[in-house]
Amino acid sequence: MTEASSALAEIVRGEGRRVLATLIRTTGSVTLAEDAVQEAAIEALKHWTAEGLPDNPRAWLTTVARRKAVDMIRRDANRTDKEVEAMDLTGPAPDLPESVVRDDLLRLVFTCCHPSLSHASQTTLSLNTLCGLSIADCARLMLTTETAMARRLGRVKQKIAVAGIPYRIPSDAELPERLDAVASTAYLMFTAGIAGETVRPELCDEAIRLARLLGELMPDESSLQGLLALMLLTDARRMTRIDAAGDLVLLADQDRSQWDRAKIADGLELVERALKRSRHRAGRFELQAAIAAVHASATSSDDTDWADIVELYDALLLVEPTDVVRLNRGVALGERDGPAAGLAALDELEGLDRFHLWHACRAELLVRIGRTGEAAAAFDAALSCDPPAADRRHLERRIAASR
Amino acid sequence: MTQYAALIYTADTDPSEETGTLYDEFGNNNGASLRGGAGLHPTSTATTVRVQGGRGGDVVTTDGPFAEAREVLAGFYLIEAADLDEAVKIAAQIPGAWEGGVELRPTLDM
Repeated sequence: MTEASSALAEIVRGEGRRVLATLIRTTGSVTLAEDAVQEAAIEALKHWTAEGLPDNPRAWLTTVARRKAVDMIRRDANRTDKEVEAMDLTGPAPDLPESVVRDDLLRLVFTCCHPSLSHASQTTLSLNTLCGLSIADCARLMLTTETAMARRLGRVKQKIAVAGIPYRIPSDAELPERLDAVASTAYLMFTAGIAGETVRPELCDEAIRLARLLGELMPDESSLQGLLALMLLTDARRMTRIDAAGDLVLLADQDRSQWDRAKIADGLELVERALKRSRHRAGRFELQAAIAAVHASATSSDDTDWADIVELYDALLLVEPTDVVRLNRGVALGERDGPAAGLAALDELEGLDRFHLWHACRAELLVRIGRTGEAAAAFDAALSCDPPAADRRHLERRIAASR
Repeated sequence: MTQYAALIYTADTDPSEETGTLYDEFGNNNGASLRGGAGLHPTSTATTVRVQGGRGGDVVTTDGPFAEAREVLAGFYLIEAADLDEAVKIAAQIPGAWEGGVELRPTLDM
């Protein structure tokens, strides 16, 4: 692909996701909307390559996608023209102001997170529809087969259409109970962008945009300020996480002068406000953001306030008592009290046997204590967990260096 | 508008007079959305019908409900609502939803 056409493909992808949100609202069907936008995207690539980018790519895509949707509905013998009109698909090309697009996107988030859908369904649908991840990507992330994932997605989309799950931003009274799922979805999207096989900045940007929208929708929610702060503080380090060769750079080795100071400043201010508001009942996003804030404020790895970080992990464990949080706390403990203390904390954990980072963290601590034989075994165990490519290369380099 | 069957699952007994009054109240408050419905006698009066080998096959009847459970299908309404959220709002007012549960299923066009 030439540079120009890959730039076009990027525009089609980005605008396509927003157009999809609008089409889902107007057609009432995720499947139909996806097919229509897909066909419009193919046509866009063909036309735009030959004739150049239109003045308003989003309007162009929306118009074509609507026409495709109408064609598909007409082809479906069970539907009448009346229904097509009822869906408001015909008529002049829509002028889509930014406010409509963002509302459509929010509607879609709340639809994906409807309480009548199971947590697994919410996640799957969000990843596929909102993040634009392929079924294969979703299957890998959720540790299931592609066939099972395709079937699950089919069922969810059918339930939305047939059971009549509405596409709307819920009323104020309904917002709180849906907030957690919605916030998790946005964070998942961000994570998919920053911690996937490759960094996908467009997903990170979109997730940050969503978090901002949610914050505007519910300005009194400290968890949403925490969420946005967490994203900004993590995103500020985005460019330094991977080196020119595409290899992982650990936090300690990152070039801190390359961190995005503006994002960090925004994030720090948000964390402070969120923590002030939530006081002693801070949730997981506020606390994770606070941890990210400690890292972001340190001028070097040695200068990091590990005691503060351990305390924050203790608080996080109260609201999110998972093994992964315990693992991170153990690593922080190792920095505060020395590698032996960290190793002892990690060795207490059970159930992370299949998680490569647990083995890798143990290995690093063993290296520091000088138990090289055990370290080598732990590195090997990490590799045998089938880690993502960048992690694998990092582990192989560490093994070579520790020999 | 979509029609939903609101299937009411509660304890396996005949409704008391008090319950009857509560259902009357629900009916009066939501008359505009209700397209039909009925209460059912307890599962001791149930017969389950299966046709083995598909259409036209042997009719096998068994005494009792489809599945033994603490809560059973005790009645149903046919509700008309704009979307699932509206149907949930109505279903939440059915007395059976307070002591058991109400399953909402969109109906097929026949």
